[in-house]
Amino acid sequence: MMAEDTDTTAALTTPPPRGPGWSFNWVGRIGLVVILFWALVALVGPWLAPYPPGQIVDYDFFTPMSANYWMGTDYLGRDIFSRILMGSRYTVGIALAAVTLACTLGVILGMVAAVAGGWFDMVLSRLLDAFNGIPSLLFGLVVVAAVGSSIPVLILTLTAIYMPGSYRFARALAVNVNTMDFVTVARARGESTPYLILREIFPNILGPVLADLGLRFVFIVLVLSGLSFLGLGVQPPNADWGALVRENIEGLSFGAPAVIFPSIAIASLTISVNMFIDNLPTKIRDRSE
Amino acid sequence: MPQSLQPWFLVIQRLGIALLTLVIVSFAVFFATEMLPGDVAEILLGQAATPEAVAGLREAMGLNEPALSRFIGWLIGLARGDLGTSYVNNIEVVELISGRLVNSLKLAGVTTVVSVPIALSLGIGAAMWRGSVFDRIVSMLTISVISVPEFMVATLAVLIFAVWLGWLPALSYGVDVSSLSAILKAYAMPVITLSCVISAQMIRMTRAAVIETINTPYVEMALLKGASRKRMVLVHALPNALGPIANAVALSLSYLVGGAIIVETIFNYPGVAKLMVDAVSTRDLPLIQSCAMIFCVSYLSLITLADVIALLSNPRLRR
Repeated sequence: MMAEDTDTTAALTTPPPRGPGWSFNWVGRIGLVVILFWALVALVGPWLAPYPPGQIVDYDFFTPMSANYWMGTDYLGRDIFSRILMGSRYTVGIALAAVTLACTLGVILGMVAAVAGGWFDMVLSRLLDAFNGIPSLLFGLVVVAAVGSSIPVLILTLTAIYMPGSYRFARALAVNVNTMDFVTVARARGESTPYLILREIFPNILGPVLADLGLRFVFIVLVLSGLSFLGLGVQPPNADWGALVRENIEGLSFGAPAVIFPSIAIASLTISVNMFIDNLPTKIRDRSE
Repeated sequence: MPQSLQPWFLVIQRLGIALLTLVIVSFAVFFATEMLPGDVAEILLGQAATPEAVAGLREAMGLNEPALSRFIGWLIGLARGDLGTSYVNNIEVVELISGRLVNSLKLAGVTTVVSVPIALSLGIGAAMWRGSVFDRIVSMLTISVISVPEFMVATLAVLIFAVWLGWLPALSYGVDVSSLSAILKAYAMPVITLSCVISAQMIRMTRAAVIETINTPYVEMALLKGASRKRMVLVHALPNALGPIANAVALSLSYLVGGAIIVETIFNYPGVAKLMVDAVSTRDLPLIQSCAMIFCVSYLSLITLADVIALLSNPRLRR
């Protein structure tokens, strides 16, 4: 419905450069710009920080925004702007690592299950479905309770939580592609299973899989922030954005910027990824259909 | 294609799958907490414990038995309502949990009563006036709520209702039951936050369900025969959308589980989730296991309920 609107307006004004269905609309572009902005901040942000993120720069705590401290100071008097720049590395970095691992594993297993079928497919599907029966935040809580929290543990936990969903999604797509004529032809040619998966199926599910990766990234950012907010994610003195909100939650009752800005950072990232994915060119999103 | 199956058979099949899932989940919960590093006896006795003391405690707690037999013993205990004893304060877990569970159920119940009517009317309204300003505002709000963490919704609610408007206390510490207004104030913030979180999902799914029905030829026919838009949606489309809507409600309510963990913590609400988060920081394993199982059971039952409703209301799924 959304796509139809954009297609007709695009057709009315100027002919789109790469044919209909390939161009981004403005909502998607805004999303993309914000995503690129945070990616850049995560890469070079810590060098731009005006103060060392762990240093107490002001003996007054929860100070409001000022020329010296652009986003005020936190509950210990540390510069919030510097801490958000540093925090972007944890939030974006951990989420990106987890989503890459989860989707790579999920998509590979999903394609193999779809092509292999039989008991392998059935056992794996049942097992991973059972994993989906555990609420994500709860799973994180249990694992952190058992092994304690560190960045590798966080990445692996988040991977374990979101891999089953990715598997299910990729498998459903791959099952459809697997029955198409060109795959049957390739199989009749005598191509090997790895060839079928890599050259025939994978290119045809890539678009939707990438869109799914974006949504999963949002979920991971949300769960990571939730865990950090509960004090079970990134541990002090380091802090991701969720931990920054937790540290400064006392300031909430008088609306301190120290608690508002990290929240805005999380929201801007997740909302813009959603905007970007929702408005992907239809040709990319629905390639398999 | 086989004949459509008996609905009761499918329902039993779904329940069987749910039960199997529960066993796998309990397996995961048990072994995640029991098998991984850190011996419980050592943790309990602290750094200074002698090896003999640790060995004695292990023997007393039955930790020397094989893990599988402990797992089965634990499962049987769970089924009989014996949840074990807390490591930290030696109180029966059942005793610790029961009061908290009532509190959590109250919170969930009030939230459901508040959010379901609001969410359904907003969702149906958005579908009825699809593409209108109202629809766009509702869609934008729900997408925003879905894409931010639960604690941010809570933060925003505190900012609006406590800091700017000054109607409610910012963070309620404990439930004071001395007067009606105190109860209302204690419940207001958690309920507002949780309602926002689960309503957003419900509104989206309700809207989608109604729109799907509106797009069918028979509803279009009603419009062509001169039925008003309101009549078309409420009289013609809605009865057929009830199944998917009930499915959406049950699915959205499963978001209560994740939401409750954050909301009970941020507002210091004495429920099971708060108990569990506290138990995580003290590594009180029996308590963590029991709380985790409570959440998994409620989550699974809601998802299964949604599944069964979808099955019963849509004969096309019964193949």
